Amino acid sequence: MTEKLAQIHAYLQTQLSEQLSAIKYEFNELTLELPVAHWLAVAEFLRQDERLACHQIIDLCGVDYLTFGDAEWDVTTASRRGFSRAVQSTEADALFEFAQPTSSATLSYPRYAVVVHVLSVQHNFRLRLRTWAENNDLPLIPSLVPIWNAANWFEREAFDLFGILFTGHPDLRRILTDYGFVGHPFRKDFPLIGQVEMFYDPELKRVAYKPVSIEARVLVPRVIR
Amino acid sequence: MPEIRNFTLNFGPAHPAAHGVLRLVLEMDGEVIVRADPHIGLLHRGTEKLAETKPYNQSIGYMDRLDYVSMMCNEHGYVLAIEKLLGITPPERALYIRTLFDEITRILNHLLWIGMHALDIGAMSMFIYAFREREDLMDAYEAVSGTRMHASYYRPGGVYRDLPDAMPQYEASRFCSESEAKRLNENRQGSLLDFLEDFTQRFPSYLAEYENLLTDNRIWKQRLVNIGIVSPERALQLGLTGPMLRGSGIAWDIRKKQAYAVYDQVEFDIPIGTNGDSYDRYLVRMEEMFQSNRIIKQCIAWLRKNPGPVIADDKIAPPKRVAMKQDMEALIHHFKLMTEGYCLPVGEAYAAVEHPKGEFGCYILSDGANKPYRLKIRAPGFTHLAAMDEMARGHMLADVVTIIGTQDIVFGEIDR
Repeated sequence: MTEKLAQIHAYLQTQLSEQLSAIKYEFNELTLELPVAHWLAVAEFLRQDERLACHQIIDLCGVDYLTFGDAEWDVTTASRRGFSRAVQSTEADALFEFAQPTSSATLSYPRYAVVVHVLSVQHNFRLRLRTWAENNDLPLIPSLVPIWNAANWFEREAFDLFGILFTGHPDLRRILTDYGFVGHPFRKDFPLIGQVEMFYDPELKRVAYKPVSIEARVLVPRVIR
Repeated sequence: MPEIRNFTLNFGPAHPAAHGVLRLVLEMDGEVIVRADPHIGLLHRGTEKLAETKPYNQSIGYMDRLDYVSMMCNEHGYVLAIEKLLGITPPERALYIRTLFDEITRILNHLLWIGMHALDIGAMSMFIYAFREREDLMDAYEAVSGTRMHASYYRPGGVYRDLPDAMPQYEASRFCSESEAKRLNENRQGSLLDFLEDFTQRFPSYLAEYENLLTDNRIWKQRLVNIGIVSPERALQLGLTGPMLRGSGIAWDIRKKQAYAVYDQVEFDIPIGTNGDSYDRYLVRMEEMFQSNRIIKQCIAWLRKNPGPVIADDKIAPPKRVAMKQDMEALIHHFKLMTEGYCLPVGEAYAAVEHPKGEFGCYILSDGANKPYRLKIRAPGFTHLAAMDEMARGHMLADVVTIIGTQDIVFGEIDR
């Protein structure tokens, strides 16, 4: 650990020992994990404290932990026609099934997390903060916009892609997906091929949507070694 | 008395000054902007989700297509994050090649920016000049990677291959006469480094030409001075990085402060602005091109003297063809690498580079698989465009074009 990060580590431990659930040091980076109740207080402290002065939010992103650590290599069935691993089919002589994502209702751990990277331009170091939303069906996390204005679009993005709701956000609209888009595409149970495809309907004389007609393919399975 | 209301103006998504597919909904009071609401996502391809379904190396090509005018810098951010998780350091020669190409990329990006920025404001000739110089640098891209833009040249552990000893030559054809081909080939007789050295000697005079055309130009100053002023405090609060932050007078450059590659071994200066307006950001970027030229010269000098390997021998780069023909282990290694890729340890890492536009970073969350569990790309343009509302408020409609230009917007990275 570099000297500077070690000092910050010690300082954070003395100042925030009650709020933080863990401070991790990995790959020369410090990660603070905290319950959502202290999210705003810790962020405010990091920004205001003179020894930290984390004036800049570099990044905020959502993470969906639904399939964390699942590998696709645990094949249960192989087909009569041999072994192919590309196509996920629903037919009777399906090749084999990849593990289907479990639904969040049976999940025993929090599903959605928000990861924030902050930078102190004054003291030249970075910190990572992480909190988990308590409710898997209605993930609520307080908005950081009053503390770092730049969080505005990042939170809109996390809402758009993961469906995480940021309470107190001034303008929580979708940002990257199309107008009228349904669903949150970066969730792990949202298929890569999407759910609808667009086509030109000559009878209606306009563009319309229909369910996707292509097959989901996995070209290289996930393996964990 | 009639009721006077603000009206809404739809700028883009197919407006030539929108730099791609920006739809900007402007609330106007007469000709003054009251509120600017950028609608983005028209180029959203889901790069991050696609990367989650592919082995690590297959996503390098996607990185080129993020900010499609500074391709190799995007790759650099991605491979740095992977290298951090794997704990490998590329050979020094690879680090110098990366520094060299990062700076070539910076010049490429800034040339496109100055061309477009000036074109938007009405200086047509800048565009032609800038593209003349870009041609030489794209040839350098082509010489090392085979493509002029989407190079996929950086790999975890180093770069794909060493710099070529010969430059491709022009051939006489129906479109290029014998004498013309000869003229074009004049500086292509030696290696890539010779070609680049020739460029670095010519380039400062080109920069002086641009400065002659623009810096004291009355129209240019009328359009840029005091437009889109950002104070240092607001610049930090709005998450601006790169030339946008330096234009506001904050001396922050990742190349200096958190050096990666070999930026701690080359000499260069960081220009900063004083007023935080568009004109200062113009001056900052012009000076950055000059400094990049300095770095390129130093890299060329080092690379000439120090031959060596360009990719780490850490089982994440494919083995040599010759080895595969003779060694069973190498063949198996190649097969596994191409069909399955390599696994990263469980953990998370964020690596950032000083991209021409600002801080470009990749956050990789790995669960130990051969694909990232979550890849988040931190694109500088995203936060810059988010600051559009604040920067444009109170300005005239024509100034929006200046502000888009000064932010150096490219939609590939914003929409990802």
